[in-house]
Amino acid sequence: MTVLEQSQPSEPAAARRLKRPELLAPAGSLEKLKFAVRYGADAVYIGGQAYGLRSNADNFTFEEMREGVAFADRYGAKVFVAANIYAHNEDLAGLEDYLRGLQEAGVAAIIVADPAIIETCRRVAPKLEIHLSTQQSTMNWQAVQFWKENGVDRVVLAREASMEEILAIKRHVDIDIEVFIHGAMCSSFSGRCVLSNHFTDRDSNRGGCCQSCRWKYDLFAMSGEAEQPTPLFEEGDDAFTMGSKDLRMLEYIPEMVESGVESFKIEGRMKSIHYVATVVNVYRQAIDAYLADPEGYRLKPEWVEEIAKAANRPVNTGFFFDEPDHEDHIFGPEEKAVPYDFAGLVLRYDPETGTADIQQRNHFKPGQEVEFFGPGGTSFRQTLGELRDEEGAVLDAARHPMQVIRMKVDHPVAPWDMMRKRTGR
Amino acid sequence: MDQQDAGKKNKPELVATAGTLEEVSRLLEAGADALQAGEETYGMRLPGSMALPELREAAALAHERGARLYAVVNKIMLNADLDKLPAYLAGLQESGADAIVFGDPSVLLARKQAGVTLPLHWNPEMTATNWVTANYWGTKGATRVITARELNMEQILEIKQRVSLEVQVQVHGMTNIFHSKRSMVSNYRKHTGHDPAEESLDEERGLYLVEAERQDERYPIYEDANGTHIMSADDLCMIENLAELMEAGIDSFKIEGLLKPIGYNETVVRAYREAIDAYAADPEGYEFREEWLDRIKRVQPVDRELSYGFFYKEQVY
Repeated sequence: MTVLEQSQPSEPAAARRLKRPELLAPAGSLEKLKFAVRYGADAVYIGGQAYGLRSNADNFTFEEMREGVAFADRYGAKVFVAANIYAHNEDLAGLEDYLRGLQEAGVAAIIVADPAIIETCRRVAPKLEIHLSTQQSTMNWQAVQFWKENGVDRVVLAREASMEEILAIKRHVDIDIEVFIHGAMCSSFSGRCVLSNHFTDRDSNRGGCCQSCRWKYDLFAMSGEAEQPTPLFEEGDDAFTMGSKDLRMLEYIPEMVESGVESFKIEGRMKSIHYVATVVNVYRQAIDAYLADPEGYRLKPEWVEEIAKAANRPVNTGFFFDEPDHEDHIFGPEEKAVPYDFAGLVLRYDPETGTADIQQRNHFKPGQEVEFFGPGGTSFRQTLGELRDEEGAVLDAARHPMQVIRMKVDHPVAPWDMMRKRTGR
Repeated sequence: MDQQDAGKKNKPELVATAGTLEEVSRLLEAGADALQAGEETYGMRLPGSMALPELREAAALAHERGARLYAVVNKIMLNADLDKLPAYLAGLQESGADAIVFGDPSVLLARKQAGVTLPLHWNPEMTATNWVTANYWGTKGATRVITARELNMEQILEIKQRVSLEVQVQVHGMTNIFHSKRSMVSNYRKHTGHDPAEESLDEERGLYLVEAERQDERYPIYEDANGTHIMSADDLCMIENLAELMEAGIDSFKIEGLLKPIGYNETVVRAYREAIDAYAADPEGYEFREEWLDRIKRVQPVDRELSYGFFYKEQVY
């Protein structure tokens, strides 16, 4: 930065000591953890066998946690465990052993909503940092102050906190703040919804959420003296729904970094490897680009395009800049298809022959157009040529999950690079 | 606690909710031992907003009858609410309120800041789910826990056994099942080409949702300054089984009067009043009287079932 001596007291990032935020990614399984770390996450959060809010996820055993921690450690990344249920009495038995197990596994922090778990953790597993979950709906600085005074090391704010509220909280309390920057959102205050309990007897605050907010409802009004219900919809209208568009703060990386928030969180422990790798990869590049040169930073259109390859839902900026309005809901049919699928994982590359060994993750065949991408944003497209198995036999298609396929690639690739294809056949 | 036995003999308190001074009088007359009331700036899901002067009068009315007034300060506080919160709490104390009902931890700091000594009732609604956490808030100053409506009988009774706080249980009325900061009904109206500014979407409108596969369940929904609230399609009604809770020494029974006419709430309070009095007069000889339930059924809206809520249900996750 050479000619910035004039009016603006804009100093180079180093002089301003721009804080490097943590990029925190979801990891629904050990494999996803590895991809998230390899694609640039500074920390990942996972679920254990109990106490988490994704009872359907492929949750980690202690053994897998140890392996995950060791892997993350090699890249200087940390592992957090979500233990963010609101416990019922009977859930408390076994909690102490579980928390000790997390501490022994080398986990850095637990993400907690229920003070019962906070207190137990401080007592039996004091090496674990305590991150207060967004499930506590923390919206104001005195609540943050309260939690700080009561042993919490980091507060994940409610997703309803605006940028202005976040800045006010940061001004008043010196504690690590974490905010969601990407992914699906509860349309309620997180934790303040028991629709699942009422509709399906599944306890949402213990991981049983069945996403009733994304179902369709008819809205009526009980009008006046007649007490006759009036439908507030007409033939052809979309049904009422509470379902929200997803959050995407990619376009606001400068604002996010300048806010001083310590950790940027990506939602999605139930999401695919393809999604996690793609989204982490893009945010990693954007954050690094801004930190390296804040003044010269420009949002790259290809980052936006890249994320769209792995995600399907429409996006918005949540509560950061204004209250969500009618354009921030997903009314009408929801697009389910993701435009691209993860087709293969690069295991080895031989620069002599330009040949790669690809582990099959989805059906692909000669003549098909694919795209390779890897950590750091390298990417190219090619049309698939001849495919062979490990014995050298020519294949008409890669149809067996996890089969190793040998093929020529147009440009060098490296282990951990992924090959994606257009969704469908 | 040393009143373990005394607690059993003590009559449990009957708490109702009031939105106006008239409701305060009528519910006291009907037999409420305490009323919850508040101002919408700091409280939410109130049957009406009562400013400090009204709360002062409400407290006076309650005290005349040996009853209590609990001030509801239960909203999720925003930074902008913090400045005036200590003075408001001081105002409540000065007005004669007997306790503060809260959920947000900022209320604890504001109370300390204002030098207010009113007891605190911890009521975060769906997140008061276990006894350890109830005791935790006890160490922070709460004297009472209001248990989550999604707990079952066993869980509630275990909480009662294991906490050093008073336990309040909602025994009648609707429960909140969803709270969003978003203006969801307005948003929907806008989406379908209406101007939400031209219509009321508040408690008065009688709005409700029907889910495709549950055509006979009506879930009330309304908007206010705190966002959108969706309420249960059924009304909790534990009058037949009140003895179970009284035997266990539950300290306080709450009747939620939200979205109900005062006449309904009076009838309900009277019925529970009689049940509690009958039990207190002769616990061993107590018998549930069908007539109490019949009186409630006569005023029960036809489109809302009376239910046991989650008291006898097993939930999965």
